[in-house]
Amino acid sequence: MSTFLGMPATSPPGVGNLRGDEPFPKAARKALANSQLRRNLGHATGTIRRKSGAVISELPDWQELRAAGSALKAATMARLPELLEQLEEKVTAAGGVVHWAADAAEANRIVTGLVRATGQERVIKVKSMATQEIGLNEALEEAGIAAVETDLAELIVQLGHDKPSHILVPAIHRNRAEIREIFLREMPGVDPALTDDPATLAAAARRYLRETFLSTKVAVSGANFAVAETGTLAVLESEGNGRMCLTLPETLITVMGIEKLVPTWQDLEVFLQLLPRASTGERMNPYTSMWTGVTPGDGPQEFHLVLLDNGRTAVLADEVGRQALHCIRCSACLNVCPVYERTGGHAYGSVYPGPIGAVLSPQLTGVEDNASLPYASSLCGACFDACPVKIDIPSILVHLRNEVPHPRAEKAAMAAAAYTMDHPALYTRAQHAAKLSKHAKKLPPPLNGWTASRDLPEPPPETFRDWWAKR
Amino acid sequence: MRIALFVTCLADTLFPAAAKATVQLLERLGHEVVFPPEQTCCGQMHVNTGYQKAALPLVRRHVRTFEDHDVIVAPSGSCVGSIRHQHAMVARGAGDHGLERAAQAVGERTYELSELLVDVLKIEDVGAYYPHRVTYHPTCHSLRMIRVGDKPLRLLRNVRGIDLVDLPAAEQCCGFGGTFALKNADTSTAMLADKMQHIKDTGAEVCTAGDASCLMHIGGGLNRLDAGVRTVHLAEILAATEES
Repeated sequence: MSTFLGMPATSPPGVGNLRGDEPFPKAARKALANSQLRRNLGHATGTIRRKSGAVISELPDWQELRAAGSALKAATMARLPELLEQLEEKVTAAGGVVHWAADAAEANRIVTGLVRATGQERVIKVKSMATQEIGLNEALEEAGIAAVETDLAELIVQLGHDKPSHILVPAIHRNRAEIREIFLREMPGVDPALTDDPATLAAAARRYLRETFLSTKVAVSGANFAVAETGTLAVLESEGNGRMCLTLPETLITVMGIEKLVPTWQDLEVFLQLLPRASTGERMNPYTSMWTGVTPGDGPQEFHLVLLDNGRTAVLADEVGRQALHCIRCSACLNVCPVYERTGGHAYGSVYPGPIGAVLSPQLTGVEDNASLPYASSLCGACFDACPVKIDIPSILVHLRNEVPHPRAEKAAMAAAAYTMDHPALYTRAQHAAKLSKHAKKLPPPLNGWTASRDLPEPPPETFRDWWAKR
Repeated sequence: MRIALFVTCLADTLFPAAAKATVQLLERLGHEVVFPPEQTCCGQMHVNTGYQKAALPLVRRHVRTFEDHDVIVAPSGSCVGSIRHQHAMVARGAGDHGLERAAQAVGERTYELSELLVDVLKIEDVGAYYPHRVTYHPTCHSLRMIRVGDKPLRLLRNVRGIDLVDLPAAEQCCGFGGTFALKNADTSTAMLADKMQHIKDTGAEVCTAGDASCLMHIGGGLNRLDAGVRTVHLAEILAATEES
């Protein structure tokens, strides 16, 4: 039970759940063989794509909004240190306490200590990628503190002793029949006559969670945005369960990546338009909760903000890769990715799957510890077009591929190919060798990956340049 | 117009029919085609696999080969994408700013075939005749990297005798992705399976595209299954006439 949401414990110490225990191609192979997963993912991503596409097409200024979002994020990153200090000052002035965490281990220590200080043994959680990233639930479990996920999909994942497979829809790999089975098996006090009707399933979760909301005194959240000029934190969600966690308990602890800042209140105007349409395909976000420090007599009377680095400073130092920090966790890139649609999120081994995960996770852990992820893409570019803040994911992938340690045999083959291509006489000779080679049904490794499912073209009788020379 | 052909290493070696068709089409339209023989490969495979340093001599060779030509055409959206969007980056990464500027300039004068026809030569009806049921796969780099839009379709719609049918989920990748097809062969095959199903669903006998590489992938899969659909490069359809 202690690692119910945990990734395998092979990540470098301190960084949290950002890499799996096997390379992407190997993990993907298993996922691809799961036909139920393939169907669930194909159906779900297709539905979100259609919904999101429809509401985006309603906005004549979508491209201008994307450009504005991109520019705002770039401007924020350019002066991140001073903006973070401004945020700290404003949050402190409003009655909150700000903590700084260099890595996952430190963030977990801080949060565990804060919960212990309240004397409570249970916390309710708002869906949060930052706390998934650092493995907070596991750390709390180890300290004897139960963490209850209140986002419906996160609850499904938690009750199923499973891992999230999507940033926004963590149980996207499950269909309603599977969810019914998980609830029947794991949910305390569930009605044994439960059906797989979505409304009935939601009602069962509501009954279970209502009790927990009313009886828990500490909540842990992430944050979608923090406004430096006012010290305001914002959480966007669709269910209202986050709102319960943010308002009912006595103590609120928010763990936020340092890149989530926006400089001014007005900047939210852009992101509050971009995020719902790109993520859930909604015109307006259903529950937008904002709070500034502590308001006497209203809501949590103790507020802690834990600012998490966990590799982000290193990402910021990379001129090409730093764009990955612009991500607002909408998941649009996952939903349009032909790789993600077929493998699902678990194959990526990180809490950040899909195209953004393939560029973010290796940068946070260091590329040498996540070397297969930059290759988990055909560079088709659908992610770049879908990104509401215009992160050029294909270019970052190409950049990271240039940084990863390469296998020795591949390096030798690439050097030989480049040498041949740079010497036209050799190139022509290689062409003729290829032409003379028999039509092969099966190539030796590593080229056998091609012939496993695809024929090679029949070598033509003459190359183009032979033909040209003869005309 | 005098047009320099960058044939691409793949078309030169394995798909010369697409390259010959490019020459025959442009000559039929009254243009002069030249073929600088020092050309080899644009280096895209090296760049996209993470070998920018190894790609540098190939970028330099390409730029030196084509820098004196005013208009350059290649029958490949993805090679044009690499030339236009990656060559200057490789030169910059190596700190060679002279090469960077030259690469930028060559990139700006390099066109994919449908771009050359529609944007530069201002022609959408090339006088082709191709009496077959055809579906068009808009390859990823043509669509999203160099953004050819519907130019290939405009050219195809003007082909006499053609029965052009829409490909469902056309804009989804076929799963090729260069070395992706080897490094992630299983995922690549899963993507290809869906692409082939969509192609079969159209009832077309020919699947066409502006990239020999994607067609090699799709064709390799269709052939393995004896699916009864052949792959033909866009240039070959546009070059076909009633006489040929």
